[in-house]
Amino acid sequence: MSVYLLRRLIQAVGVVLAMSLIVFIGVFAIGDPVEILISPDADQMERERAIKALGLDLPLWQQYAIFLGKALQGDLGRSFVFNEPALTLILQRMPATLELAFAATFGAILIGLPLGLYAGLRPNSVGSKAIMAGSILGFSLPTFWVGLMLIMVFAVQLGWLPSTGRGETVTILGMRWSFLTADGISHLIMPALNLALFKISLVIRLTRAGVRETMLMDYVKFARAKGLSPFRVTFVHVFKNILIPVVTVTGLEFGSTIAFSVVTESIFAWPGMGKLIIDSINVLDRPVIVAYLMIVVLMFITINLIVDLTYSVLDPRVRLEGK
Amino acid sequence: MSAPTLEVRNLCTHFFTRAGVVKAVDDVSFTVDRGKVLGLVGESGSGKTVTGFSIMGLVDAPGRIVSGSILFQGKDLATLSEEEMRHLRGNRIAMIFQDPMMTLNPVLRIDTQMIETVLAHEKVSEDEARQRSRDALGMVGIPSPDERLKSYPHQFSGGMRQRVAIAIALLHRPELIVADEPTTALDVTIQGQILAEVQKLCATTGTAMIWITHDLSVVAGLADDIAVMYAGKVVEYGDVGEVLDKPLHPYTHGLIGSVPSRNKRGEPLRQIPGMTPSLLNLPEGCAFRARCPRAQADCVQRPELREWLPARLARCHHPHREEAAAA
Repeated sequence: MSVYLLRRLIQAVGVVLAMSLIVFIGVFAIGDPVEILISPDADQMERERAIKALGLDLPLWQQYAIFLGKALQGDLGRSFVFNEPALTLILQRMPATLELAFAATFGAILIGLPLGLYAGLRPNSVGSKAIMAGSILGFSLPTFWVGLMLIMVFAVQLGWLPSTGRGETVTILGMRWSFLTADGISHLIMPALNLALFKISLVIRLTRAGVRETMLMDYVKFARAKGLSPFRVTFVHVFKNILIPVVTVTGLEFGSTIAFSVVTESIFAWPGMGKLIIDSINVLDRPVIVAYLMIVVLMFITINLIVDLTYSVLDPRVRLEGK
Repeated sequence: MSAPTLEVRNLCTHFFTRAGVVKAVDDVSFTVDRGKVLGLVGESGSGKTVTGFSIMGLVDAPGRIVSGSILFQGKDLATLSEEEMRHLRGNRIAMIFQDPMMTLNPVLRIDTQMIETVLAHEKVSEDEARQRSRDALGMVGIPSPDERLKSYPHQFSGGMRQRVAIAIALLHRPELIVADEPTTALDVTIQGQILAEVQKLCATTGTAMIWITHDLSVVAGLADDIAVMYAGKVVEYGDVGEVLDKPLHPYTHGLIGSVPSRNKRGEPLRQIPGMTPSLLNLPEGCAFRARCPRAQADCVQRPELREWLPARLARCHHPHREEAAAA
């Protein structure tokens, strides 16, 4: 087990290194932040002073070396725009994004699993066909359009839900959370639903496919031959088997939920990391972009590890040696 | 004499598919007495497994029992509701499946899968259910059952898994066990051990058993009676020794002739020419007609199961009657 974890850790370091290099070169290739940051009226002296202050006068490889050296000490650079450490900026926004992503993921499981189970158990009923047709819409409608429609219907026309911001928040452990106040929850519902729509469809389809496949297995027939109640056959024998793919995929999807939240956060003016990264890309705020992507990579690596560990809990056949 | 444990009369189980009606089981009758073993023999697709599932009430859509009766201790199982049937399944009628690698749920521990079976039919404490499960494992020859209860199926070999499946079938001391080729997937030595144990159990507990197989040598050693199925019908039925020695039906004849060990070395192996007909459009009359060396013009008439010799039934117009009677 510890050997396994160590190997994963070394792989993770390799991925982070490769990632930082690609991002660094990529952002360098996009454009020169100096053009955007420094006012056109500035004279040559001022320009050079600013470039020097930002460390942009050095060759790229030196900039990268300095960045790496500082990164090892936990310093991912200062934002050109806010003149604050990039890491602090991102961590400030992170709870908002995580809250949204968790709400969307749990929503997707709470809605998707029962619907998928129903569709799998009664594949020919009208309800199942409606669910499956709906899941195609969930897959194919663009997130931004659904978001705008949600605002149109529930905020503008019906006036049930607020359309922007986080609402009232409660501070716990130095971070602000919306889900603990009624006002915050009313602000959370629409963006979370918007973000969850794709995942709901995904969970429905995965669950349905899993149920239909598992129902044909000999062990389900054997469970019925033992005289077990249909409830136990479905919710113990079938359910535990379909959880394996569902957990794997929703877990891995969690990373892309955070990435996708860029669109949803922009539409609902949700003050999270996604909004920050879009703004930073617009002004080529290189340290923030690099720091954000590094953090996202770290998050993906952590999520993958957690998924692998959960997987081995659910499926005894892949249980890691030496428990 | 008391009523037989199981009496199947004119059972028909059909599958209503888009391509047409598949008559998987078409007019099957047999009887199994207490403590006896009936060997149900036939090729793949002859309807023997569907017969087993019909008895268990486990025929899934698009299939269903269309006619006939399954009298279990005088009660017709074909007329019971799903809920009534569920109380019999695993309790008084148990089934053992063909592939031991597939019958146990891979993500549940053995104790979970055994205890739930006990609790499904009896209100006992979990401790007592565990006790019973452990005893059952011991009975089928699994060493250190306490430890093995805590294992997952993938930690067992195929033979051990089949023992677990048999132990589960025995938990409630059923009156009838339907065993669907339970030793086919196992190697010969394990097969021998399991057969010996099953035989012992039947003799001591009085459990009746239907042993579904395509292996005539297993039936020869284990069964009391034999029913040979072909294309959904029983074509020959009788005492196992007599049927195997002096078969009446040309199909049984061919089946016995196809056992390789009866051949002399160097001779080409004998086989039945042709293929089993599709159950979707069976030929009129005798289904075996096209492959039968004794077929004559009147075989287009559907033959009925007829008692040609005392307690010897065959569904054929031209059985090997003289040879059987003479021998």
